[in-house]
Amino acid sequence: MSAILMMLLGLGGMAAGYFFYSRYIAERIYRFDPDFITPSHEYDDGIDYVPTNKFVLWGHHFTSVAGAAPIVGPAIAVIWGWLPAFLWVVFGTIFFAGVHDSGAIWASVRNRALSVGALTGHVVGKRARSIFMIVIFLVLLMVNAVFGVVIARLLIGNPGAVLPIWGAIAVALVIGQLIYRYKFNLPLVSLFGVVALYALIYIGPQVPISLPETVVGLSDGAAWILILFAYAAIASLLPVWVLLQPRDYINGLQLFVGLILLYSAVAISNPEIVAPMINHQLPEGTPSIVPLLFVTIACGAISGFHGLVASGTTSKQLNKETDARFVGYFGAVGEGALALAAILAATAGFASLSEWQELYKGFGQGGVQAFVDGGATILSQGTGMSAAVAGTMLTVMAALFAGTTMDTGLRLQRYIFQEFGEIYGIRWLGRPLPATLMAVACCVLLAFGAGGADGSGGLLIWPLFGTTNQLLAGLTLLVITVMLVRLKRPIWVTLIPLVFLLLMTLAALLIQLNEFYQKRDWFLLSLDLVVLVAAILVTLECIAVFRKPRQEELTQEK
Amino acid sequence: MADDTDGDVNNDVNNIGVNRTDDNNTTDASERTELPRNLKLVFSRISRQLETYYNAPYRRAIAKAQRDEEDLFLLLVYGEALGIPNPAAFYTLELQPLLLERFHQWHQRMGMERSPLDEFRCC
Repeated sequence: MSAILMMLLGLGGMAAGYFFYSRYIAERIYRFDPDFITPSHEYDDGIDYVPTNKFVLWGHHFTSVAGAAPIVGPAIAVIWGWLPAFLWVVFGTIFFAGVHDSGAIWASVRNRALSVGALTGHVVGKRARSIFMIVIFLVLLMVNAVFGVVIARLLIGNPGAVLPIWGAIAVALVIGQLIYRYKFNLPLVSLFGVVALYALIYIGPQVPISLPETVVGLSDGAAWILILFAYAAIASLLPVWVLLQPRDYINGLQLFVGLILLYSAVAISNPEIVAPMINHQLPEGTPSIVPLLFVTIACGAISGFHGLVASGTTSKQLNKETDARFVGYFGAVGEGALALAAILAATAGFASLSEWQELYKGFGQGGVQAFVDGGATILSQGTGMSAAVAGTMLTVMAALFAGTTMDTGLRLQRYIFQEFGEIYGIRWLGRPLPATLMAVACCVLLAFGAGGADGSGGLLIWPLFGTTNQLLAGLTLLVITVMLVRLKRPIWVTLIPLVFLLLMTLAALLIQLNEFYQKRDWFLLSLDLVVLVAAILVTLECIAVFRKPRQEELTQEK
Repeated sequence: MADDTDGDVNNDVNNIGVNRTDDNNTTDASERTELPRNLKLVFSRISRQLETYYNAPYRRAIAKAQRDEEDLFLLLVYGEALGIPNPAAFYTLELQPLLLERFHQWHQRMGMERSPLDEFRCC
């Protein structure tokens, strides 16, 4: 099948979702009101609550939710063939992610811009809120560990990208100084940043850097993981304007450049998709497609992380309630487009089926490296740049996304530890440095615990990460559904995705539990158990809520 | 810095007003003379949106960092009066009356309901 056809079908489907389904949702279900006074106007303080232009807000929302996850997930999931991944991304975006994201904004805007965490406490109950905090903690823990492993692998697999990946940090530092200390004009600085980054990408392949096989008794993979966490710890302690803010910004610009380049390269070169439509020769050890597909691709189809962004910052800046459709739903469409690009790169950019099978020789293999290799071929065919530079560009794109997520994730985790310190009166834990060290220690333990001493198998926890992420999405959907029940509106638009998600999550957890038991992998088994307990608690919470909707209503009215 | 940004916002609002009237005028004036000016307007609008894009997610963190700095600065200025020796006291003394308005907020932020200084009371 031609890649252009797949691109058109995918993008067309999501566009149709935006024009038709999201209109239905906005008008009939959520009933966005253009005259509703949003929190950004009601509590306008110039800091958190600021009415913002919807295009700028969309840019933010999109770049904060789009990270490495919509690349890694689909790139792993195409092992079952391109069709299942394609369908789940397209239909997931239309019927799950868009509804979830715009709904999260709506729920938050209608409740004084509370975050989903606070909303669960407010709308569902205190118990649900505690479950929510546990799930968030697990998500953060796994995201940091997994992305550490992902970047380490990218650094080893593409020595040419080492210079630009670390160089990007220097570029970000310079940009931060130029803006805050020297008050340079932003468009100029942006241009400088982008040019500097792409110059580094161009030079990168000529100056490949790799660590020696063993560094102080550790394999190179383990050494990179440790270096990465040391970096993330330092980065998360620095003031945000020094590194995090300019780094986020450059990443945002880079995301748009990368997406435009990838899609235009596909349109120009029209590669043939070599991967099978449905893979009948699955490598040994590949789990069953149902339910694992639905947790392997979380971001790109539906992801609970979006709810955090939607209710945390986006809802506080929403100018008009009707903007939620564009910002939330179209933000999800943007993410779906990124996931689709990842599928295209990981299935079409290969010379032959055997070359593709060589990369996908086991579950969790291939993945990002397939995205980089395949995407590089497509880019070099479409735009004429050398394959080495194109590969470096995509590696840098994936690694920088993962890196920023790690910075932010570790910072958030540090806040959680500091909060623990305050709640339980542990003085030393309340301070930034010990809290950061604790957070890093947890992540490192997870990265090595899951993958052995060289951290090579860390991607084993990817499906677990997806599961936890879906649980988070389930909680947000629960909040929206309860709100809809109270407003006496149709609830099937959120109830069906909610039930589907819970079933898939529970099934995936049970299947994996069995798998870990047979492999005698006690570490992952206990992690799976923790997530399973959280999942069961969420399910019970849902049942409890829907069994007594009337009572809830009465107490609410009091 | 917070004052600065406020000023910018006000300027921006004014600019938008000016832009609108300019846009109306362009229909009357010849296209050629207005073109560079229009480009400039487009550029300034893009740069304003870009700035919002850059700053919005970090407004809170930046405001907090700025306040921390302000607290330290006020401690340096009023430290001598609180019994902390400061070799630059001769110079900071000069600043005290200028900062008096911010002093009240500062001592309240530091957890003191009333002014800690005997010499002068602000509340």
